[in-house]
Amino acid sequence: MTPRPRAIVWSVARHSLLLAGAAFILLPFVWMISTASKPQTEIFTKSIHFIPHSFALWDNFATAFGKANLWRFLLNGVVVTVSIFVLQVLIALPAAYALAKLRFAGREVLFALVLFCILIPPQATAIPVFLLFHQFGILDSYAALIVPFTISAFGIFLMRQFFKTVPDDLIEAARMDGISEFGIVWRVMLPTAIPALTAFGIFSVVAHWNDYFWPLIVLNSEHLRTPPLGVASFRNEEAGTNYGPLMAAAIVIIAPLVVAFLLAQRRFIEGITLTGIK
Amino acid sequence: MVAPAFTLMCLLLLGPLLGVIALSFTDYQLGSPQFSWIGLANYQDMFGDRVFWLSLRNTLTYVAIVVPAAVALGLAVALLIESGGSFRAWYRTIYFLPVMATLIAMSIVWEFMLHPQFGLINGLLHGIGFEGFSWLQDRRTALYALCVIGVWQALGFNMVLFLAGLVSIPRQLYDAAEIDGAHGAWARFRLVTWPMLGPTTVFVVVITGIRSFQVFDTVHVLTKGGPSKSSEVLIHTMYVEGFEFFRSGYGAALTVVFLVFVLLLTLVKSALANRGVHYV
Repeated sequence: MTPRPRAIVWSVARHSLLLAGAAFILLPFVWMISTASKPQTEIFTKSIHFIPHSFALWDNFATAFGKANLWRFLLNGVVVTVSIFVLQVLIALPAAYALAKLRFAGREVLFALVLFCILIPPQATAIPVFLLFHQFGILDSYAALIVPFTISAFGIFLMRQFFKTVPDDLIEAARMDGISEFGIVWRVMLPTAIPALTAFGIFSVVAHWNDYFWPLIVLNSEHLRTPPLGVASFRNEEAGTNYGPLMAAAIVIIAPLVVAFLLAQRRFIEGITLTGIK
Repeated sequence: MVAPAFTLMCLLLLGPLLGVIALSFTDYQLGSPQFSWIGLANYQDMFGDRVFWLSLRNTLTYVAIVVPAAVALGLAVALLIESGGSFRAWYRTIYFLPVMATLIAMSIVWEFMLHPQFGLINGLLHGIGFEGFSWLQDRRTALYALCVIGVWQALGFNMVLFLAGLVSIPRQLYDAAEIDGAHGAWARFRLVTWPMLGPTTVFVVVITGIRSFQVFDTVHVLTKGGPSKSSEVLIHTMYVEGFEFFRSGYGAALTVVFLVFVLLLTLVKSALANRGVHYV
């Protein structure tokens, strides 16, 4: 059976439009890789070519790693994002369990507060939290990067919604076995919540790996810089002259998340669009 | 069980939120030993300051460009992807890529693409016989260049939200519309898809709006609000006042203005959600 001509025309139109859009979306990525592969002389020319005449990607990577402490920035990114996520889980899970399954005075008020806190944009609290940290003398430290995000109202809300669906029988049985309430959180509830927790983990790690505003405010020291701050300061030091290594550094900074995304697309899209289910 | 979470919530979210409002009525500066309550003086300063009005106007312009463009394009891409069977996952992945990629790193790539002499964009324009621009160094174009980057980044996120909304529309509705005489793609869209997507659209508009009000990264790295304040935006002004000049009280007043806009958007969302936008 041959498809009708109209269907073919529509299919061609669909792909042409989507490909045109995809070209716009991919252009910066392609140009980044192309520039990172070119020697200096090919970058500062008016003729446009995407494929470099002589391939200088490894030289540019070497220069980037030599001039900027990229390994350190990546390590800082891992330390900060992992610490934030672990602390978020440690603090949010018991609260989510209590809000979902325990009866206590003020539960409804507390849940209303959680819902309210979700709406507070991070920029709104920046000045007071900065002053607080200044008072405690913990600016310019890992603690300053991590502590403000240890409380995730959204994480509490998300896990509470999930725990609501866990049958009460499961919890009753655990209590019969003499497991403490905290034991129930970690040994009964946590294992059932792995899918929701994975999605939240991706959401949290992506948000804080890419965050620029808060690290910019609290950091001075070079050795504490997170990936976005690291690449931004590399750019400022190079003052727009050394684009090959700069693009190579940009590749290094975005690579961990982009590679992880390409390997587990469905999970990442679920995680990032979590805010969409509110 | 809830004690740690409750304590941190008060200390890091609710307290600072009240704190920022209180601070906006003081003349506190970081490092100064004392401060005094000065009532609305910060707000009076702000409303008398040309930079504040420029900043507010630029922010609103940014929002007014990025929100419609990123929502309409996100919807268009989602509809196009859904309308056929082939290469769905490929397109979805490509369009979602900018959401994942660190915006600061990609801003630096955009900066090079917009380079007046050696940039790709001007190179392409020359190729088809146009004069290029000094995009980020020209007060006529700087804000619009930032808008393009904003749309580039937000489009894929909106697309995914619309795709989720499209999947949840029951197929029978299309069949029913067909029986009632709705032939052709436009009729199906107007009678079924668009009304059924109502709640998704409201949500996407509001979340894109809130994110656009928060625009900071691209501004700080690429233009610092310049040239001559032509791309100055609210959060960047707040950053400069609060964290470069350490005028905490004045920065707090700017934060309150920002909060009012975010609150307005949230109210619009809940008002529309309660009216049941489903079958407008």
